[in-house]
Amino acid sequence: MKYISYLTIGIFFGIIMYKSEAASWFRIYEMFQFGSFHMYGIIGSALVIGVIGVQIIKKYKIKAIGGNEMNLHPKTKSVARYLIGGIIFGLGWALAGACPGPMYVLVGAGYSSILVVIGGALLGTFVYGLIKNKLPH
Amino acid sequence: MNLLYDPWPWYVAGPLIALTMFILLYIGKQFGMSSNLRTMCSIGGAGKYSDFFKFDWRAQRWNLVVVIGAIIGGFIASQFMSDNTVKINPEVAQQLSTDYGIESAGEAYLPTELFSSEHLTDPFVLVILIIGGFMVGFGARYAGGCTSGHAISGLSNLQLPSLIAVIGFFIGGLVMIHLLFPLIFS
Repeated sequence: MKYISYLTIGIFFGIIMYKSEAASWFRIYEMFQFGSFHMYGIIGSALVIGVIGVQIIKKYKIKAIGGNEMNLHPKTKSVARYLIGGIIFGLGWALAGACPGPMYVLVGAGYSSILVVIGGALLGTFVYGLIKNKLPH
Repeated sequence: MNLLYDPWPWYVAGPLIALTMFILLYIGKQFGMSSNLRTMCSIGGAGKYSDFFKFDWRAQRWNLVVVIGAIIGGFIASQFMSDNTVKINPEVAQQLSTDYGIESAGEAYLPTELFSSEHLTDPFVLVILIIGGFMVGFGARYAGGCTSGHAISGLSNLQLPSLIAVIGFFIGGLVMIHLLFPLIFS
């Protein structure tokens, strides 16, 4: 039963990503060329609602289903890992034109080439795991 | 406007993404897509090579089900809810065509020059796709999250680390498009 809800959330998310064109290489390129407000509007409006919602959750101590705490953990403080990791991610995001969510969505849309991108992403994750201890964090 | 068939404007998509995040929070989970890549590595036996992949991936199965859903969502949207073209700013489309010979803007969802299956035998295209993917996977794990985990979840929770990561995303993206694209594609 629980898995049905995760599957439904995934389908919902997949349709949003595809229909908003956030899964399109062209939209990512256009965003970094400052050619349209579209992507900024998507991220910005999600963020404004997200910030307000999270503040409400914290103020009124709203619990998750079953009375558990919401999964809102503070992230470990550091600059190097977020900045360097973020820059590497951004380089890839702009080149492949897809971030990890839309990659899966594009599989369903039938673009077999995206499997090569996912293969690269799995390899990148694996290599990170191998050299993690040698990197500044 | 035909809401079912036309592309969704930002003011529809953005709030729905926030809703996705809140539903996940409400059922005790966290919105983050790139962690699935680590889970998949673990399932594939990467724990033999690095302790980073030795974790209880079974606790992450729910997120893999979200991934399966996202694949189905992509299928439904592309088959029944879209003409699978993306109309970007005509000036940007023109620039893509004159500078890089990418002429499918407005006619396809992804540039056919990079993503059509007949180009998979082209070593140049293969290298682009693999390196692009590699940097996304490597960078997301190094930074501890991607667009969903940092730009949406983390910033919604006013996390300074997420702001640093998102600034990094944009530095990387701008460097790629403005400095490296002219070297790679022309």
